[in-house]
Amino acid sequence: MTGRSNGTHGTDGTHGTDGTDATRRRTVDSGGLALAVYEQGDPARPTVLLVHGYPDDHSVWDDVAADLAADHHVVRYDTRGSGASGVPAAREDYRLELLGQDLYAVADAVSPDRPVHVVAHDWGSVQAWEAVTAPGAYRRIASYTTMSGPCLDHMGHWIRHRLRRPTPRHLSQLLRQGAHSWYIALFQLPVLAPAAWKLGLARLWPRVLRDLEAVRPRPGHPQATLAKDAVHGIELYRANMRPRVRAPRERHTEVPVQLITLQRDHYVADFLSEGLERWVPRLTRRTLDATHWSALLEKGPAVAALVREFTARDHTAARQEPSAAGELVVVTGGGSGIGRATALAFADRGTRVVVCDRDLPAARRTAELCELSGAKAAAYRVDVSDGAAVDAFARQVAADHGVPDVVVNNAGIGHSGTFLETTEEEWRRVLDVNLWGVIHGCRAFGQLMVERGTGGHLVNLASAAAYLPAKRLAAYATSKSAVLMLSDCLRAELAPHRIGVSAICPGIVNTDITRTTTFSGLHDDALAAKQAKVSKLYARRGFPPEKVAAEILRAVRTRKPVVPVTFEAKAARLLGRLSPGLLRLLARVNAG
Amino acid sequence: MPRFPYDERDLAKFREVQQLAYHCAEQVAAWIEPGVTERQATAELRRCLVRAGVQDFFHVPFAWFGDRTAFRHFRTPLQFFAGSRVLAEGMPYVLDCAPVVDGYTADIGYGGKVGENPVWDLLAKDLRVYRELILREVRARKPLAEVYAAVDAQLAAHGYDNRHQVYPGRVIGHQVTRNTARGPAGVNLFGFGVRTLQTLGRELVKERLEGRSPLWAGGRASRHAPTPGLWAVEPHIGFRDVGIKFEELLVVTDEDAYWLDDDLPHVRRWALQEDAA
Ligand SMILES: NC(=O)c1ccc[n+]([C@@H]2O[C@H](COP(=O)([O-])OP(=O)(O)OC[C@H]3O[C@@H](n4cnc5c(N)ncnc54)[C@H](O)[C@@H]3O)[C@@H](O)[C@H]2O)c1
Repeated sequence: MTGRSNGTHGTDGTHGTDGTDATRRRTVDSGGLALAVYEQGDPARPTVLLVHGYPDDHSVWDDVAADLAADHHVVRYDTRGSGASGVPAAREDYRLELLGQDLYAVADAVSPDRPVHVVAHDWGSVQAWEAVTAPGAYRRIASYTTMSGPCLDHMGHWIRHRLRRPTPRHLSQLLRQGAHSWYIALFQLPVLAPAAWKLGLARLWPRVLRDLEAVRPRPGHPQATLAKDAVHGIELYRANMRPRVRAPRERHTEVPVQLITLQRDHYVADFLSEGLERWVPRLTRRTLDATHWSALLEKGPAVAALVREFTARDHTAARQEPSAAGELVVVTGGGSGIGRATALAFADRGTRVVVCDRDLPAARRTAELCELSGAKAAAYRVDVSDGAAVDAFARQVAADHGVPDVVVNNAGIGHSGTFLETTEEEWRRVLDVNLWGVIHGCRAFGQLMVERGTGGHLVNLASAAAYLPAKRLAAYATSKSAVLMLSDCLRAELAPHRIGVSAICPGIVNTDITRTTTFSGLHDDALAAKQAKVSKLYARRGFPPEKVAAEILRAVRTRKPVVPVTFEAKAARLLGRLSPGLLRLLARVNAG
Repeated sequence: MPRFPYDERDLAKFREVQQLAYHCAEQVAAWIEPGVTERQATAELRRCLVRAGVQDFFHVPFAWFGDRTAFRHFRTPLQFFAGSRVLAEGMPYVLDCAPVVDGYTADIGYGGKVGENPVWDLLAKDLRVYRELILREVRARKPLAEVYAAVDAQLAAHGYDNRHQVYPGRVIGHQVTRNTARGPAGVNLFGFGVRTLQTLGRELVKERLEGRSPLWAGGRASRHAPTPGLWAVEPHIGFRDVGIKFEELLVVTDEDAYWLDDDLPHVRRWALQEDAA
C-alpha cells in the first residue's frame, strides 16, 4: 500500500458496557507502516486524537484520556518507531511529511465523516503542526490544542527574525531558548545519544521525571519499551530539525488553535510562541502551572478540562472571525482620530464596540461607521475626567452589553507651554483628562474585569512624550509619563487576574488633536494660526491613525506591555536608553 | 473682480449640455453590469455622447470601478485612464465625462454601484452635506481655500477622506468658460482636449496675473473670494475602498451663487430618500 491510503486490520480489546472505560485496540496502515491505535469512549461523541511526544508512547496520556472519555471518543496511537507501532527502516522515513500523514491516516480510520480535535504534546505537537498547517487542514481537523511543541517552520522564522533584528531582547531570547535546547545538540551526536539511553538513561528515567519534572513514580510508567522508543525517536530530531529550521516554510492555518503554555517547562520557553498569530489567526492562549511532563502525568484532569472547554466551542460559527464571537471593546474618546480608527479596526474583526466621547454626535458617527462592518456598536456621552460619570458609564456598559474584554483609554487633549507659562488651570485641565481620565477608566473597568474573573486587557494611550522631555510640553509630557508608569504598576497588579495592560506611545500622528491643542499665552487668531501651523506639520508627517489602531490590536493579541508607534517614538526610546544626556539636551529645543 | 460674463441664454445652453451629459451617464448606468470593463464603459459613454451630438470633449471620459473609485494605490496620473478592471457584483463605480457642444462645456461625475454595498449607500447619502456646505460657504463669499478647508473638516467629522486631493493639483473644482479656442476638435493630449488646454492655459495666465486661479484647491493660489463665472465642482469622498463624487456647475454671480441645475440624478435620489423617510 502506498501514500495516505489506509486500511484497518482488525479490532481487539472489548467494548465496555457504557463504552467509556475499555480501551479498544486496532491497527491502522499508513503508507505501509502499521500504527497501533487505542480507542476509548462513545464513537458517536466528538473525536479527540491525542498525539504523544518523545520518548513516550500513548500511555503518557492515560489520565487525560480517562477523563475525556466520559464525553468524547478518545483516540491515541503510538507514533511511528514507538510503542507497538512499526519501526521505519530509514532516517528519511521519520520526515515530518510522513508523520503528518500518519495523523491523517488515523483520523480517517477512526472518524471518516467528521473532523477530529487534535491534542498533542512535545514531539507529538511538532508532528501535529505539520498536519494542522497542511492546506485545507480545517476540513479534517476541527481544533488543535498544542503543548510544548512548536511548528519547526515557525521556529525557523522565529530564529531568523531575531537574528535579523538582534535587539538585546531578541538576543537574550535566542540564548535562552538555545540553553533550553541543549539536548537537541546532543541528539545530533552519532553514537553517544543512543548509547546513553541504552546504557542507563532509560532506567534512570523515573528519577529524572521525579527530580526534575515533579512527576511521582507510578506503576506502568514509563512504558516497557522506553529504551527502544527513545533510541528510535532520536531519528525524529535528526531527520527534521536541521532542514526545517534552516529553510523554514510559510505554514499558515485556519484551524482554531489553543496554545497551552506550561509555566515550568524546561525545554520550551514561553516566548517561543511570540508572534504566532502571524501564522495562526485563530489562536487562543492558555497557561498551566506545570512542568513539561507533570502536565500530563500529574495534572491530567486540568489538561482535560482545557481541552473539553475548547472542543465544546462552536468553531464553525467563528469561522471567519479570529476573535471569539461576542468579544466586547470599549474605546474612550472614540469620536475622532486614533480612538475612531481603533473602534473601526475592532469592528472589522467582528468585535462589538462601545465608544464614548464628550462629543456625542462624533461618537455616534463612529458607531455608525462600525456598523458598516457588520459589527454591533453603541455610543455614549462621557467626560472621562469626571470619575463619577466614568463609574456610571462602566455600570451602564456592563448592564447594556456585558463586561468588556478590552478597554482602550484613549481620550486625551494636547497642550503646549513651558512650565512657567502654564497656568494652574491649564495644568488641571491636562491632568484631569489625560491622567485622571485613564485612572478612572482603569479603575472602573479593571474592577469589573477582576470581578468577572476571565481576564481582559486594558490599553492606555500614553505618548512618545512620556519618555521624551521637551520644555514646551511640560504638562502634556508629565501627564503622559504618569500614564506610562501607571500602566507599568497596574500590569503587575493585574497579571494574576490575567488582565493585560499595554501603554501605547505614538509619535506624530495625523489627527484632529492639533486643531484642539491649546497653547499657553495664545488666544483667538494667534491660537488659530498656531493650530493651523502645527496641523500642517502633522499632516505633512502623514502618519495615519489607522496604523496606530493596528498596533493597538496587535498589542492586545500579543499582550505587548509598551508599544512605541512611529519612527520618531521608537528612535526616542532607543536614544533615551543609549544617551539620556542627549535627550535632556534636546529637551531644550523649542519644539512642541 | 471680473463681472459675471454670461446671460440667460448662455446659462440655458450650459444647463442643456449638463443635462445631456448626466442623461448619457444614466444610460450607461442602466446598461452597465458585472463583467464589463472600465474601457468598455468609457467607450459606451463616448458612443452615447457622440450620438447625442457632442463634437468635442473637455477631457476624455473616465470610468473607475471598485477600489479605483477611491483612487486607492494611484501613483501616476496615467492610472486615471480607464483600464481593464472588471465590474463585479457589489462594486461601486464612477463615471466622469466632459462633453462640449458649441463651446459650451459640461463636466459631470456620476457615482453608482451594482448590487448591495452599504458603504456606498452611506457615502451617497452623505454627499448631500457637501453640496449644501459648498453652496453655503460660497454664498458667504468665503475664500475658496477656506471652503476647501471646511470640506476637509466635514470629511474628518464624517470619518471619510478627501479623494479630490488625488486629482492633479489636488483640485476640488475648476473654472469653466465658453470654449472659443480654434485648435482641432476631438483631438486630445494627456486626456484633455487640445482646445481645453488652449483655453485653460490662457485662463491660467490671465487669472494668475490677477492673483486668482481658475483651479480651486486648498493652497495659497485659492486664497481669494469665488470668482464670478461658472465652476465645475467635484467633491470626491471616500471611505476605505469605496469612493463617490458628483460634479456639476456652480454659478457664481456678482452677488450670489447657486447650483446651475437641481434636476440631477443625485439630487433626485436624495429627494426620494427624504420622501421615503
Ligand atoms: N495625534 C498624535 O500625534 C498623538 C501622539 C501621541 C499620543 N496621542 C494620544 O492619543 C489619544 C488620542 O488622540 P487623537 O490624536 O486621536 O486626538 P483627537 O483629538 O483626534 O481625538 C480625541 C478624542 O477624545 C475626545 N475627548 C477629549 N477630551 C475628552 C474627555 N474629557 N472625555 C471624553 N472624550 C474626550 C475628543 O472629543 C476626541 O473625539 C490622546 O490620548 C492623545 O494624547 C496622540
